[in-house]
Amino acid sequence: MSGGEMTRRTALKVIATTTAVGGAGGVSCAESGDEPPAHEELSGFEPPPPRNPLAAGTPTDPDLLAPSVPWESVLTAEERRLASVLADVILPGDDRSPAASAVGVVDYVDEFVSAPGHEELLAIVRGGLVWLNRTAQERFGAGFASLSAGQRRDVCDPICFEPAAPPLLKPQARFFDLFRDMVSTGFWTTEEGMRDLGYVGNVPLPAFDGPPPEVLARLGLSGEDLE
Amino acid sequence: MRRAGRQERYDAVVVGSGAGGGMAAFVLAVSGLRVLLLEAGRHYDPLRETPMFQLPRDAPLRGAGTRHKPFGFYDATVDGGWEVPGEPYSVAEGSEFLWWRSRMLGGRTNHWGRISLRMGEYDFKPRSRDGLGFDWPIGYADLAPYYDRTEALIGVYGSNEGLENTPDSSPGVLQPPPKPRAYELLARKACRRMGIPVVPAHLAILTQTQDADRLPAQLFPGNALAQRVTADSMRGRAACYWATPCGRGCSIRANFQSTTVLLPPALATGNLEVRSNAMVREVAVDARGQASGVHFVDRETLLDEFAGARVVVLAASACESARILLNSKSGTFPDGLANSSGLVGKYVMDTVGAGVQAHIPALEGLPPHNEDGASAMHMYMPWWQYGEQLGGALDFARGYHIEFGGGRRMPGFGAFSGVEPLTRGSYGQQFKDDCRRFYGSFLHFDGRGEMIPNEDCWCEIDSAKVDRYGIPVLKFHWKWSEHETRQAAHMHRTFAAIVDEMGGRTLTPLQSDGAKAIATGGQIIHEVGGARMGDAPGASVLNQYCQSWDVPNLFVTDGACFVSNADKNPTLSIMAIAWRASEYIVDQLARRSIG
Repeated sequence: MSGGEMTRRTALKVIATTTAVGGAGGVSCAESGDEPPAHEELSGFEPPPPRNPLAAGTPTDPDLLAPSVPWESVLTAEERRLASVLADVILPGDDRSPAASAVGVVDYVDEFVSAPGHEELLAIVRGGLVWLNRTAQERFGAGFASLSAGQRRDVCDPICFEPAAPPLLKPQARFFDLFRDMVSTGFWTTEEGMRDLGYVGNVPLPAFDGPPPEVLARLGLSGEDLE
Repeated sequence: MRRAGRQERYDAVVVGSGAGGGMAAFVLAVSGLRVLLLEAGRHYDPLRETPMFQLPRDAPLRGAGTRHKPFGFYDATVDGGWEVPGEPYSVAEGSEFLWWRSRMLGGRTNHWGRISLRMGEYDFKPRSRDGLGFDWPIGYADLAPYYDRTEALIGVYGSNEGLENTPDSSPGVLQPPPKPRAYELLARKACRRMGIPVVPAHLAILTQTQDADRLPAQLFPGNALAQRVTADSMRGRAACYWATPCGRGCSIRANFQSTTVLLPPALATGNLEVRSNAMVREVAVDARGQASGVHFVDRETLLDEFAGARVVVLAASACESARILLNSKSGTFPDGLANSSGLVGKYVMDTVGAGVQAHIPALEGLPPHNEDGASAMHMYMPWWQYGEQLGGALDFARGYHIEFGGGRRMPGFGAFSGVEPLTRGSYGQQFKDDCRRFYGSFLHFDGRGEMIPNEDCWCEIDSAKVDRYGIPVLKFHWKWSEHETRQAAHMHRTFAAIVDEMGGRTLTPLQSDGAKAIATGGQIIHEVGGARMGDAPGASVLNQYCQSWDVPNLFVTDGACFVSNADKNPTLSIMAIAWRASEYIVDQLARRSIG
């Protein structure tokens, strides 16, 4: 359970994990670390008319009630198929929730890497997918999608943890890290993912009662701890 | 919305509709004055626009912050952020500064953190206490009644703990605080062993409906109009229903936004006219050297217009108000208006910020339960080492409080990114199980500390650059002193100790060098100062009523008037000061001593 000092990027990612939307000193687009497009760069694409009549429908004033993605996805059908396989390697289905590919994660991956300003990420993902297939061919004589579960692990294990990856595979490890992040966000933000985690909020309540007794008991909180 | 007619002369024109401007417009309008409120951004209506309950899944990039929506897609801020298209600013070489602006009705009050802490007795007289910075011309006792009234009007939850320099509110003013969350109780247990107080936070969120039969009469004795519109407004506000983040705004008006709490009753008086998309560039001055109104650019027509008034109130945000003053140059005032002291734009302050992320194994795998609560913190740690500090035991002069959160929040963009040091890069079934295990066990601790004003933190007009309205832009200069950087390092040490006491480990690097721990100037979005108040014209821009020494019918009621910037988040103080100043304006107009 170590891994040395986290990089700044990794630190920012943890912030994104644990910090709610808003709040002073928030961190912007920490994951990608690059800049989304200026308004002008999105011209030529016609967003649907906003449902909120007060919203201008511009990048700085989008319709928050009827969100839309004002750019087109660019991954090819072949890339999406392979991305789908890799997404399920990272988050497979089990008895508590479906596999990543079953809840639209590949659509999210495609949306993310296609976003204006994410061109470098798109290149990393495309290059990573090519590497997966090439490595699968070299080692097992078949594309990554055709490999057995064990063979897929043989391909992915060396690149799943960047600090431990061989020097020549660092770029592939960064690809895997990025891809796992995208799959994780894409999966756990779905209703299926939230239910799996036991997130039971976002519902109006007449009162906030604090933690239930079984939670207090688990934490060893009692008596004066509660006063 | 009526156009501001050239012939029409208002009693007051208020520039800016956030905490300072919204409060000024409210108090002036309920006092019977005819008020024009100018807002640079667009009209904004939280009742119709707030994305309550919308899910990250439905937003672009699952709601991630972007350059255009820095705090996330659903954040209330529209047309605002660290960059505003067409409205650049400059930063001097060697300086770093970030300037947040919200170009929308209600300004930053739509998305702010709702943290509402009173400044204490020490905070108004810091120089008298430790010889650093400057004293305010007022003391806590001068502002205490206005804190009471502001808290009662807007609705603030919290408790009275009787702690040093952490004032109690008068009985019956505060709303009951929400019950602590599991991780808040766990942190309090650890902090008690360390001698660090963990007490209910003060946030501008209704935990119960307001007493519309009692409060208006207490707030506005003898003013039937004010009582009526305030009572109606209070009856239209619901109590928090413990869901959906406050940063998105609140369509049930449970939390404080200028647009849900100040402007509706002000408009109901019939005395207030709101003009949005009005970018003010200059205060006009007549032959007697009095303010006669403001020139502004209509953002839609791009035409220059004028609004005349007996009194001009600037509340455009601290630095924007300084910018308007510095750009208001004339033969009589060649260095900008209200600037005979040369102090306009000087002694700008932000809050010291530093934070760490932590993993607390005790919080792993807890039984599912709803931890949303009021969305922001229910508990916090006020500064606890006043005595040690004054006694010289610490290597920095001023205190900080700790804000913390995390736990079982709604998974959003970035969920389980960055956990590789804990998982060693797991994927597959192991990663799925790891996410389940770690969900709810991450906390963040953030220090918010006092910055001492210094001569190296200021803004001026960059005469080489204009914005899209042709208005010269600001140039910022910034340098933290060692009091701030050492404080930031102390924050990191404290957080590490708390996390250790809770049996956890920090996930972000601990910095012994405070310069590496401290947030960039402006990043905490608490910039204040730039037109400070004081006892004497030569050493201050404003008097204790936010009135310009040089131009008696010109007032600045936003954070620009701040003399110091205690660790107490400034919004509540801005509103209390604006209320006090606005009463003074009403009184002075009635006496005809101004306008």
